[in-house]
Amino acid sequence: MASGIKDKVAILGMGCSKFGERWDCGTEDLLSEAFLEALADAGIEREQIDAAWYGSALERVNVGTSAIPLSTALRLDGIPVSRVENMCATGTEALRGAVYAVASGAVDIALAIGAEKLKDTGYGGLPISQKGTLNDLWMPYASAPAGFAQLAAGYRAKYGVSREELKRSIGRVSWKSHQNGAKNPKAHLQKTVDMETILNAAIIAEPLGIFDCCGVSDGAACAIVTTPEIARSLGKKDLVTVKALQLSASSGREQGTRDWDGSYVQNTRNAAGAAYREAGITHPRKQLSALEVHDCFSITELVTMEDLGVSEPGQAWKDVMDGVFDADGIVPCQIDGGLKCFGHPIGASGLRMVYEHWLQLNGRAGERQLRNPTIGLAHNLGGVPYNGVCAISIVGLEGV
Amino acid sequence: MSSLNTTGIKSFGAFIPRRRLQRSAIAAAHGWAFPALKAQAKGERSMCGWDEDVLTMAVEAGRDCLRGGSVSNLSGLSLASTTAPYADLNNAVFVGAALRLPSHASASDTGGSTRAGLSALIAACESAADGEKMIIASEHRKAKPASVQEMQFGSGAGALSVGGGDDCIAHYLGSETVSVPFIDHFRKAGADFDYSWEERWIRDEGVAKIVPAAIKRLLQRLQLGGDKVAHFGLSGGPKRSDSFVAKLLKISPECVLPDLSAQVGDTGTAKPFLQLIDALEKAKTGDVILVASFAQGVEVVAFEMKNPKVIAGRRGLAGSVADRIEETAYMKLLSNDDQIELDWGMRAETDQKTALTQLYRASDQIFGFVGGQCRKCQAVQFPRLPHCVNCGEASTQDPYSLSDEPAKIATYSADWLMYSPSPPLYLGLVQFDSGARLLMEIVDVGADGIDVGTEVTMTFRKKERDKLRGWDRYFWKATPKS
Repeated sequence: MASGIKDKVAILGMGCSKFGERWDCGTEDLLSEAFLEALADAGIEREQIDAAWYGSALERVNVGTSAIPLSTALRLDGIPVSRVENMCATGTEALRGAVYAVASGAVDIALAIGAEKLKDTGYGGLPISQKGTLNDLWMPYASAPAGFAQLAAGYRAKYGVSREELKRSIGRVSWKSHQNGAKNPKAHLQKTVDMETILNAAIIAEPLGIFDCCGVSDGAACAIVTTPEIARSLGKKDLVTVKALQLSASSGREQGTRDWDGSYVQNTRNAAGAAYREAGITHPRKQLSALEVHDCFSITELVTMEDLGVSEPGQAWKDVMDGVFDADGIVPCQIDGGLKCFGHPIGASGLRMVYEHWLQLNGRAGERQLRNPTIGLAHNLGGVPYNGVCAISIVGLEGV
Repeated sequence: MSSLNTTGIKSFGAFIPRRRLQRSAIAAAHGWAFPALKAQAKGERSMCGWDEDVLTMAVEAGRDCLRGGSVSNLSGLSLASTTAPYADLNNAVFVGAALRLPSHASASDTGGSTRAGLSALIAACESAADGEKMIIASEHRKAKPASVQEMQFGSGAGALSVGGGDDCIAHYLGSETVSVPFIDHFRKAGADFDYSWEERWIRDEGVAKIVPAAIKRLLQRLQLGGDKVAHFGLSGGPKRSDSFVAKLLKISPECVLPDLSAQVGDTGTAKPFLQLIDALEKAKTGDVILVASFAQGVEVVAFEMKNPKVIAGRRGLAGSVADRIEETAYMKLLSNDDQIELDWGMRAETDQKTALTQLYRASDQIFGFVGGQCRKCQAVQFPRLPHCVNCGEASTQDPYSLSDEPAKIATYSADWLMYSPSPPLYLGLVQFDSGARLLMEIVDVGADGIDVGTEVTMTFRKKERDKLRGWDRYFWKATPKS
C-alpha cells in the first residue's frame, strides 16, 4: 500500500493573475504576472527553481504546444520544463508533476504554473475541440454546457425533483458564487446578481441559462513547492502542506454501459475516495474547512456536493437552498467566486483553487477570510460528466 | 393470367422526410413579388433536413424494405436518382454499407432522368433469375425560390426488392419503353435547378401522344383491356396527366393512384416507386398494377398482385406519409438546401476534415452501426475498441449491429451554443436494451419534446458537412419513436 503524499511537500509560495477579459495581455504576460507573485511570496530567486510543470489545455488559442512557451516566457534557462494537458483539470496536473518531483527527491524546489488565454478565440465560450479521427466520425460535438446539462436530466429522473425545483436550486448555486465573487478583486465577475435575473436568463443548453455557466476568462496561477524541511530552512513557519493529490479518468464505462444513471460524476467519487484515504479524512462535511469545486456549470457544483460526500445522495439541491455552502454556511464553497465568478482560464483553474486555500490558510483572504480554516479541498474536472477526468487536491496546515 | 410468371416484387419499403413544409408558408414568403403563387398554396410538401439527402433517404427506404427479410439474400443493389450527392463515387456502395449488404453483392448507380428508377426496376425484373436485387429510387429535389417547382417538388425514397419464387408479393407481367428526345425539362450536370418548358405542350404533345400508345402496346401484349387495370400511376407529367391518360385508356378514375402532391410533392425518380408501393399496400390478389414514368419517352411496367402481406413494423408509404412534423418556417428549406448562407458564427468555421483512412478502418462501425459484443462478459458496446468497455479483455468482441435495436434516452440536453444547422442540437446518451450506450445526436424532435426514458429509433443521417472539400460525414442519429 502506497504511503501517499500527505505532508511530504509544502507550498512555498503561490501567485495568481487577475482573471478576466485581459485584452491587454498575452499568455506570456499572464504567466509572468502569476509567476512574479509566487516568486515574491516564496521569497526565492528564479534560479532556485529546479524544474517546472506548465499546464495549458488549448494550445491553438494560447501559445502553442510543448514546454518552450513557458521556458521562453519566464526565461527558465536550462532546467527541465514539461507541458501537461488534461482538459479542464490541466492546472492540477501541473501541480501533481511538481509535487511528485519534490516528493521523489528528484528536485528540491519545483514550479507548477497553468495559464489559458481564452479571449483570443473571437467569440464567447470555449473553442470547439475535435476528438480524434475515429471519435469525430460518430461522436456528436456538444458544447461544454450541453455535456454537463445532461446531469440535470439524470438528477431529476433519479430523485424525482421537478424541473422548476432544480432550476431554482442551481440558480441559487450561482447566486451564492456571485455574492462571493463580489468580494474578490482578482475575480472576473465581481457583481452580485439577483435570483430573478439568474432564473430568467437566456438558455444556453437546457436547463442551463447564461448564469448557470462559468466565466470564460484569461488568467494564470502558479505554485512553488518544496519539502517541509527546505521550507523551514528558508524561514517559513505554519507550513501549508499537500495532503492528497488524486486523479480519475473515464474508461468509457459511464458513456458506454448501463452503470451510470446520469445523476453524478463517477470520476469525482473515485478521486474523492482516494484523496480522503490519502489525507485521512473520514467526515468531509465536518473536516473540510472550505471547498473550491469545479463549478463550470451550476448543476456540476450541485452534484459534486454529493460526490464529495458533503451532501447525502439526493439532498444537495436542498442543502443549496438551505445555504449550507454559503460563505457563512457549514461548508463554505467557492469562497473566491469559483469558476463561476473568479473565471475559468482552463490551464490555470486547478492551481487557482489551491491559491484560494493558500490565502485562506495563511489568513490573507481579506474581506472573504474564513475563520480558522485548517484544510481545503480543490476539485478540478475535465471533459464531460460521462467522459472526463477529475483531479482532487487537498491542502492544509501541517500537522492537521 | 399466366401462371408461369415466377418473378416479381418480394418486398418494398418507403421513406418520406418527416418535415412537411406548408405550401402556404412558401407562398407567403414570395407573395410580395409573386402573388399568383397563392393559387398553389394548398397542402404540404416533404422537405429534407440539412442532414438528409438521397443517401440517407435511400438507407431508410432500404431498411424498411428489409423488414421481415434478410439482407444476405440480396445479390445486388441499384440506386436510382438524379440528385445523388457524389458524381464520382459509387453512391449505392454507401447505401449498401449502411444496409450491411454483403460485400460480394453488386452495387450500381443509375440516373440521368426521373425514369431511371423504373428502368432499373424493369431491368431487375427481366434478370430476376440471376438473384434477388434491391432497387432504391431516392430523390432530393431542389428548386429555385419562388418557382412553381418549389411548390410542387418534394423529397422521398422508395425501395423494391425483386427476385424469383412463389413468395413474390406481385408478379412481373411485362414492360414497355419509348425513348424520344422530348425535352420537357433538363438540368445541366452540376447545375442546381431544372429548366422546364410550357406545361400545356408537355401534356398535349408529350404525355398524351407518347404514354397511351406505349401502355396500349403493353396491354395488347398482355391481352388485357384498360378496364382490367386496378391501379394506375403516372409520374413525370403535369398535374392531372394521370387521369387524362386513364380516361384515354378506359381505366376507371377510381383506379388512378394518388399523385401524392397534397402530402409529399413530386419526388422525381422516387415517385413511380412510391406509387407502386401505394398500390402494393392496397391491392387485392389478382389486381393488375400499371405504373408509368414519363421522361424523354416513357417506361411502363405491369404487375399482378399475388400475395398481399403485412409485415410488422414496416412503415411503407402510408406510414411514411402519416409520420409527419408540420413545418411552417420557409427559411429552413432555403437553409437546409444550401440556398441561403445564414450567419452561423465562428463555431461553424471548424474544419471537419475526415481521415478517409480511418473511415475505411471503421467502415462497418460508421456506416453499418456495428459495434461489438464481448465473448467473455457479453457486454454490447460502441465503438468497438480493442479492449472491452466492461471487462477490459482484448480482442474478444464479435460484430453486433445496433441500427435496429430498441433504445431509450438516458440523459439529454438541447444545446443552443454549439453550431448546428438545425438548432437546438439535441444530444444525449442513448441506452440500448442490449446494454450498449453511446452519446448520440437526437433529431426530428417534435412538439412533444424528449425526456429521460423517451423511446428512440435509429436513423442514418449526415453528421457533418466538410464544405471546404465537398465531403459529408454520415453516421446514425436517434429520433423519437413515432
